[in-house]
Amino acid sequence: MEQAAIYEKLTEIFQDLFDDDSIQATPELSAKDVEGWDSLAHIRLIITIEKAFKVKFSTTEISKLEKVGDLAALIQSRV
Amino acid sequence: MPTDLYTELQWLPRPPQDFSAQVKAWTEVGGGAALRELASYALDLNQLTRLAKRMTAAVAGGADIQPLIPFRLAVISNATMDFILPALVASAARHGIALEIIQPAYDQVAQEALTPDSRVNAAKPNAVLFALDYRALPLKPTPGDSAAAANAVAGATGYLAALREGIQKNCGAACIFQTFAPAPETVFGSLDGALPGTMRWLLTEVNRALGEQVLATGDVLLDVAGIAETVGLASWHDPQMWNLGKFPCAESVIPLYADHVARVVAAIRGKSRKVLVLDLDNTVWGGVIGDDGLEGIRVAQGDAIGEAHLAVQRMALELRQRGIVLAVSSKNTDEVAREPFLKHPEMLLKLDHIAVFQANWNDKATNLQAIAEELSVGIDSLVFLDDNPVERGLVRRLLPQVAVPELPEDAAGYARTLAAAGYFEAIAFAGEDLKRADFYQDNAKRISLQKQVGGVDAYLASLEMTITFQPFDATGRARIVQLINKSNQYNLTTRRYTDPEVLVAEEDPAVFTLQVRLADIFGDNGMISVVICRPGVQEPGTWEIDTWLMSCRVLGRKVEHMVLNHLVEHARQRGIHTIVGTYIPTDRNKLVVDHYEKLGFARVSADDSGKTVWKLDVAEAKQETAPMKVVVGTNLSLEEADS
Repeated sequence: MEQAAIYEKLTEIFQDLFDDDSIQATPELSAKDVEGWDSLAHIRLIITIEKAFKVKFSTTEISKLEKVGDLAALIQSRV
Repeated sequence: MPTDLYTELQWLPRPPQDFSAQVKAWTEVGGGAALRELASYALDLNQLTRLAKRMTAAVAGGADIQPLIPFRLAVISNATMDFILPALVASAARHGIALEIIQPAYDQVAQEALTPDSRVNAAKPNAVLFALDYRALPLKPTPGDSAAAANAVAGATGYLAALREGIQKNCGAACIFQTFAPAPETVFGSLDGALPGTMRWLLTEVNRALGEQVLATGDVLLDVAGIAETVGLASWHDPQMWNLGKFPCAESVIPLYADHVARVVAAIRGKSRKVLVLDLDNTVWGGVIGDDGLEGIRVAQGDAIGEAHLAVQRMALELRQRGIVLAVSSKNTDEVAREPFLKHPEMLLKLDHIAVFQANWNDKATNLQAIAEELSVGIDSLVFLDDNPVERGLVRRLLPQVAVPELPEDAAGYARTLAAAGYFEAIAFAGEDLKRADFYQDNAKRISLQKQVGGVDAYLASLEMTITFQPFDATGRARIVQLINKSNQYNLTTRRYTDPEVLVAEEDPAVFTLQVRLADIFGDNGMISVVICRPGVQEPGTWEIDTWLMSCRVLGRKVEHMVLNHLVEHARQRGIHTIVGTYIPTDRNKLVVDHYEKLGFARVSADDSGKTVWKLDVAEAKQETAPMKVVVGTNLSLEEADS
């Protein structure tokens, strides 16, 4: 899957989940930049991404993810 | 996968592509009805969360979301409920409820129940959901040690009983308990199922004891163990999710769990469905009777297609046996549609089982309305089962209050889908339920008898009625609670009370309570009327009629006159000089707008909402009697009196 396509899909997911059409998924985007991205929302985000990309992340991977760049790289290694 | 039926709520239509936009576009103008329509799609967790957020914000902003019925639910849990609670709010809207959630701090189960001024107790909720999973129980496995195992079960059961006692004592809310879904992991293997003291054995025993507790106390059971078994314990319990944040179940089962919670909450408020309306061609039998003829339709044992349709018939009969009324709506010539019922030897359903039979060429929405009218039930009491997606779509569009399950391509899945939708959720079972479907049919017979005989009084006399008056008691309570929560039409105030609230009235000597039963030549109608009078707060020596309701099955029998006579008699005995009645209008109870006027009450006041207050001078009350035998009972005995 192309990087660009991954980011495009992630942007859609972020906008929908955080109910904010202005969010753009960029490599440096992290929890402190998005209102409502707390530890609970993080889990919901991961589950949503797992479903959307049909992948499954391990507990270790989930706890290491800090910015969207990590996420995109992880997705790319799987799909 | 077969479990998708459940986890994806496949009896509900798929949400539209622009669901999020529709939620955003919702305004107060659409009200609760539009919210309910949005909630009635097969929503996933994110969609449920989005809808709940919109609803919560609207309510916080003072929006009116009638006709959703308000309900305050406290959720006490040993796990993280943050994903589940918004799903509960949205799922409740699907079932006609505006749910307000009271959420105490994480894992404060005993403190919340037992401390009188805890957040939950202070909030005075309508009900408390103990959303506990097996990790909340004081259970230590002791495999092979029967005595220790029995002690552990007694300890866990005692703990649950103490929680309910705490809630009962401190706020009196109804308690909803969940059975415990065991983890899929075993220690010995299959032997875990037999050996006392294994976790599996302990939970089976605790679940059984919990069931007994619920039946004995009037609490409500949510069979989470049964729901988890249905989708599989491995699908239910997600160890990663538990480890990450103490989430009690997998994310994928939350919409199903939330719908089940909403079903029992709606059932507490009497919002379960009452009538199953069946299409005939390709639903009750395979094929089209008008085209294929009696020999061509598929309804035989040993024929895979026929068996699928027989399964639908069998389920309809089982539902009828527990009190669900059956009706037929079919696009057919009446005579042709009736032929299989009369002549096909393999048909399980007979014409006797069908309360209303509508076979004609009208559109189905018109027929469903006619069925609701004939049965004197609201249109939102109906479930409509039809294999034809066009008919389903039409009914959904014209009558969104009717529940219309989506059905799979293969008729083999019809019965299972209907059951999975849980339209007929019950929280208690009263003896009357067994007979209810018959009542509706007997009523049809009574109406035809009424046409034959001359005057109304002659007709009433010919019924040989016996009316029985009793104060509330433990035996009648389940039915009393049921009537209070589901009577809409003949209901003066439409005040809903839970089992514990009814118990308080029952035990308060200052409150006058009355349960009324009626029997006639066609059989026993069971309990048909409930009255609660409370001492007047304004003036001593007065009674205020808090609740007066009656089953529409006994309309036009002068039961209300007989009830008034009984009230007046007791008022006199207790030195009450004035009885005050109130009529609070709803969109369903226009039937009783002049109830008090007809009974000789004088109007005291009326306000803009249509609410009216009436009073009756006990000394001057005239007593109109009706031809029926009166039996007056106390809690202990029944004694006859002359009418």
